[in-house]
Amino acid sequence: MDLPSTELPDAPSAGAAEPTPTKASALPFSEIAPPPPAPAEADPEPKPLPRPFAERSTGHAADRIFRLLTGACACSVAGLILVAIFYMVHGSIPAFRNHGLGAILSPIWDPTNQKYGALTFLYGTAYTSLIGMAIALPLGVLTAVALVEILPRKLSKAISLAVELLAAIPSVLLGLWGIFTLVPLVRAFEVYIYKSPLGLRKFPLFSGAPMGVGFLAAGVLLAIMALPFILSVTREVLLQVPTAQREAAYALGATRWQSISKFILPYSWKGIFGAGLLGLARVLGETMAVTMVIGNTPQIKASLFASGYTLASVIANEFTEAPSDLAISALISLGLILLVVSILLNGAARLMLLYLGNSSGAPRGSK
Amino acid sequence: MIRGHQLRKIRGRCMEAVCLLAALVAVLPLFAFLWHLAAKGASSLSPALFTHLPMPPGEAGGGMKNAILGSLLVVGTATVAGIPLGIGAAIFMTEFARPTVASVLRFACDVLSGIPSIVMGLLAYEIVVVPLHHFSAFSGSVALAFIMLPVVVITTQEMLHLVPHSLREAGHALGIPTWRIAASITLRAAAPGVLTGMILAVSRIAGETAPMLFTAFGNPFLSLDPKAPISTLPHMIFNYAISPYDDWHRLAWGGALILVLGILGATLLSRFILWWHQRSLNS
Repeated sequence: MDLPSTELPDAPSAGAAEPTPTKASALPFSEIAPPPPAPAEADPEPKPLPRPFAERSTGHAADRIFRLLTGACACSVAGLILVAIFYMVHGSIPAFRNHGLGAILSPIWDPTNQKYGALTFLYGTAYTSLIGMAIALPLGVLTAVALVEILPRKLSKAISLAVELLAAIPSVLLGLWGIFTLVPLVRAFEVYIYKSPLGLRKFPLFSGAPMGVGFLAAGVLLAIMALPFILSVTREVLLQVPTAQREAAYALGATRWQSISKFILPYSWKGIFGAGLLGLARVLGETMAVTMVIGNTPQIKASLFASGYTLASVIANEFTEAPSDLAISALISLGLILLVVSILLNGAARLMLLYLGNSSGAPRGSK
Repeated sequence: MIRGHQLRKIRGRCMEAVCLLAALVAVLPLFAFLWHLAAKGASSLSPALFTHLPMPPGEAGGGMKNAILGSLLVVGTATVAGIPLGIGAAIFMTEFARPTVASVLRFACDVLSGIPSIVMGLLAYEIVVVPLHHFSAFSGSVALAFIMLPVVVITTQEMLHLVPHSLREAGHALGIPTWRIAASITLRAAAPGVLTGMILAVSRIAGETAPMLFTAFGNPFLSLDPKAPISTLPHMIFNYAISPYDDWHRLAWGGALILVLGILGATLLSRFILWWHQRSLNS
């Protein structure tokens, strides 16, 4: 039977330890088994005792039932992805049938006139995510470097706890904070740029009226939300870098920063890339906080200060007020886009990190 | 030579300072958020928040009793459905499944946990709201259960992996059937960790707003009927936050403080349980 290996997937001693009980204690085992009270009250059937140990474990009727039950749980969890894809596709069929896949690239969203172009929302999602990642990725990587390589362990533990608590704060509350604290700050910054004597407002990136709400505010909030993910994955990746790598750098006379920039970061760039993908996947579907600070205007503008709209926030805002079934279907098709993109990004990131975890020479627990 | 040597040292110091600065900036948002929350939320925290129903704008007073009770109901129902299912799946993955099957399932859970919550809300809308023809507390619970399921599975599975294999082997040596080993030995040894996972999952879904918009829908009156629309705390905070009324903003901050105290408290509690558990495992 293959049971020992399936039950004990990563026990180092599994191969060595299993055969001995089967061989050596098959006979005395059946005599020892009855006395303990636990199996006696649990066994629905008294028969299978004389069987060898390995077979016995799966041969049990109760075992089979339990295996089936838990297996059903597991299948339902995994099947949820398929169910989600099925229902979202099913829900968006009317929309696709009405205006075809090409509508994705049309910039006109006008439900009352049956026009459902998704381009402005795709643009808004991409732009805000880009801003968020542009802030969160360097910040997260530098912070991870500080936590792993520079700061004393206690302080770095406290900092990572604080950042992980940030991940626990619901999106809607960050949005609340965004409306009343961040947006005024962003507005002040925008007014400063607007008035600056250097003529910064001539740049397309800084053009437009300083309103506070818009891509920049949404991007900053997204950066705050992505940071915990990027930081914790990057930290994990840096911890996996073998100590020998650092020692080799020091042995060559490198300073600490040289060992970080020339030996440690290049060694772990794949993991950092995975962390970035994970953060991006998280950021794309963020709804509440973005909806509260982006201004909800379907337009395509290059300026950081302009208002916009994202896929998730248009679903949140218009779903319950959709004028027709077709509009609902169009919104569900936007959800389908989010679903597919997030599955692809998450899948890619996880595969990457998985591959990395298997291939890197460092054992997981070592510091 | 000497100058180059000094230069790279200086440059190293500068870059390290940049890293430290980044760490400082990284913790800044949490404290800024908590600071504003405490400043604005504490003043609007009152017993009325818990005991009164919402008032029309312009009238003084009013509370969030319906939303607090609604959150408890919706989250509680989701928890009752999601946790046994998640723990069952995790037991299957660690105790019964072949390694390849287990890793495929784990991958599915990882992907599932990354699906945006608003999409899960749309899914619950399609599965529950459309066939029943009305918004309901129950559909909100379904959406939240979908969201919490992968979280429960992942944390439980990780905790079950931490249980030493010698414990399972000891169980087998006593002739205990595998299901009994899983239930009374492995799961029991991992109980504090599994509890941690539950707390984390519950605190994750307690703040979910996006899926509530088109499942639970919101309701300004007190309702505990699972078949009727219901208000949840995060949803009500959202509605109040985007309203133009100062009174409602104050209430939103008060509600936010309640929610954060609950969630951060639960998260810290779960961390403490985990720390304590790992310490007792190591010793």
